Amino acid sequence: MVSDDTTPAERLLLSGNEAVARAALDAGVALGTGYPGTPSTEILENFSRIGGLAQWAPNEKVAMEVALGASFAGARTLVTMKHVGLNVAADPLFTSAYTGVTGAMVIVTADDPGMASSQNEQDNRHYARAAGIPMFEPSDSQEAYDFTLRAIELSEKFHTPVFLRVTTRICHSKTVVIPTCSVPAPQKPEFIRNIKSRVMIPAYARPAHKRMRERLTQITDWNERSNLNQTIKGNDDLGIIATGISYAHAREAAPEASFLKIGLTWPLPIKTIENFTQSVARCVVIEEGDPVLVETLLAAGLKVEGKDPMYRFGELDVGRVRRILSADTSPEPAPAKGKPPQLCPGCPHRTGFEILKKLNCIVPGDIGCYTLGVLPPFEAMDTCVCMGASIGVGLGMRHVLPDEEARRVVSVIGDSTFVHSGITGLVEMVYNPPKTGHVVLILDNGTTAMTGLQEHPGTGRKLDHQPTNQIIFEDFAKSLGIERVEVFDPTKEAEKFERALAEALKSGELCVIIARRPCLLAVKKIREYEKQAAEANAHE
Amino acid sequence: MSNTVTNVVIAGLGGQGVLKASDILAEVAFRAGLDTKKSEIHGMSQRGGSVNSDVRFGSNVLSPMIPSGRADFLVVLDGDQVDVNRHMLREGGVLIDPDKIDVNALANRRSLNVAMLGILSNHLQIDLEIWLDSIKANLPEKLHDTNIEAFKTGRNAAGD
Ligand SMILES: Cc1ncc(C[n+]2csc(CCOP(=O)(O)OP(=O)(O)O)c2C)c(N)n1
Ligand code: SF4
Repeated sequence: MVSDDTTPAERLLLSGNEAVARAALDAGVALGTGYPGTPSTEILENFSRIGGLAQWAPNEKVAMEVALGASFAGARTLVTMKHVGLNVAADPLFTSAYTGVTGAMVIVTADDPGMASSQNEQDNRHYARAAGIPMFEPSDSQEAYDFTLRAIELSEKFHTPVFLRVTTRICHSKTVVIPTCSVPAPQKPEFIRNIKSRVMIPAYARPAHKRMRERLTQITDWNERSNLNQTIKGNDDLGIIATGISYAHAREAAPEASFLKIGLTWPLPIKTIENFTQSVARCVVIEEGDPVLVETLLAAGLKVEGKDPMYRFGELDVGRVRRILSADTSPEPAPAKGKPPQLCPGCPHRTGFEILKKLNCIVPGDIGCYTLGVLPPFEAMDTCVCMGASIGVGLGMRHVLPDEEARRVVSVIGDSTFVHSGITGLVEMVYNPPKTGHVVLILDNGTTAMTGLQEHPGTGRKLDHQPTNQIIFEDFAKSLGIERVEVFDPTKEAEKFERALAEALKSGELCVIIARRPCLLAVKKIREYEKQAAEANAHE
Repeated sequence: MSNTVTNVVIAGLGGQGVLKASDILAEVAFRAGLDTKKSEIHGMSQRGGSVNSDVRFGSNVLSPMIPSGRADFLVVLDGDQVDVNRHMLREGGVLIDPDKIDVNALANRRSLNVAMLGILSNHLQIDLEIWLDSIKANLPEKLHDTNIEAFKTGRNAAGD
């Protein structure tokens, strides 16, 4: 798939997510894995659509382990997730920097400054430094394409996992891309035993840590000599160092300034940066989120300034960059208040929240469309922290609250979230049961609705909607020894559902109630997939 | 440099086809050979909340986001969303709101988004052919006729 010089260059208008998928395809990535999460979801969906092998894993940790195994076997892999997904995958992440990889492993972390659709705005650039893993940061779709290829190249050259950090505005903005792939064809996967670098017992891990640090030094040199960091000569009064989308905003805010755009942002090309700072009278670092870059440069003794702490919050844009450059710390105008999202009219989640409110329940909640149960008219959710937390948090409350309050606690979790990280919570419930019992309500709408209707192991269909083995929640709960397991259609059996919940709360037992009815937006599609599967079966 | 860039904000509610309209517009500019950037926040939009999308095109577009007060055109698909987005419009910029179209004149109300692009098209010097091709490229075949009709209704309705 190396481009032929004689054909005219293809010119495309792609989102950052589409560009990453296209690069992965062009470079012969053998497997893409991940778990859905805004703004990363469309990478794997597009990779699958254009012909790549892409799979949803139950969660990000498993996704990363699958990718790691494939890259131990010599294949090129891509693993995608939103920023908080990397917390879930952090355990394999840190040690994979010690083991290294054989084929390429590119980890896409899609951060969400401003929290368009997230529970926090953590800045995953910290992970590059903490784990000792190189990080690329594209500033538009062209670079999303190019840097995916460069990340594959770097990963194979230095046998390290490599980050591609994107943000909401890179993922979801469309810009012009001319795809030219110069990466050599991938090796054929094969198993080559390499115990000392892949089995991290302390005796082998100690030298592996040293190797990892040496590798970072080598990559620093490589970065200094690479063409990944671009200097644009403007006037000498003002120099701006920027990365990712901040570069695009800053070029527009200060077209006359000199620029240094850093493409491989970890490990940093400190000498290149120092030369740049010395070429200008004033040097400002423009970065979204935490002051990661400016603090590193200050610690290295470079003469740079950063931004006022008020600009640590939310996204940057052209206007905010102008304010940073003029050190304007006056209060910003409040953002225009649009209409907040709501559960769709007729959403099957509605009944559950009506009942929880009516029964005056204490509701440790979870993440998904159903988190909107916190808003009026329901206001029937008391906590929401991270995926899967509803069960642990509910159990913790049950253990310490006075009995009459403990008996009102119901953990509410969606189907995709249950598979992602509710399963171990259910095991905890069986292992350390509160003396008042506990009730877990699984809102099973047959899809991952929040992120745009993705399949998961409970739907019985793969990422491309083809049938596969299905996890049956009620069978799973019963297999753990939970006796009170009930399933209702929340719309058709609303009264039975309410009665069962009230009785479960009174019973003092461990109970799992499953409210099963497909998401309104998914129902037609699910029927179509089922019809196709039935037809395929009939032909066999 | 920036005075050669055209800025269009398209706004409305989840489910109205704001993103589809901005995809079509961006493709029009792209096919016309212009540097094009389009940016939006999506995710959670299916629950009827506010959605808006920025489309910018010209010789060289930098940020994908339109700075406040710099939109040349503000296309709003839901009357209630006009006020929350008005600050995006520059002085002398053009507001295209749903009052400019009689929805009953459309074969299908759902093609309001494309009808609004029809109004916008009168303000931009881009070949009709490119508009029609881009509409077709962004919609399934069975919706081509109603949407091209809607586009023409908008294009002919321009009574401002
Ligand atoms: C660790 C992590 N990964 C991914 C996400 C993004 N995300 C939020 S909720 C959710 C799943 C929602 O599906 P489900 O539980 O079935 O509820 P529904 O939206 O269908 O109501 C996902 C993938 C996240 N917040 N955290
Ligand atoms: S998308 Fe589906 S699950 Fe989400 S609010 Fe609408 S109907 Fe409910």
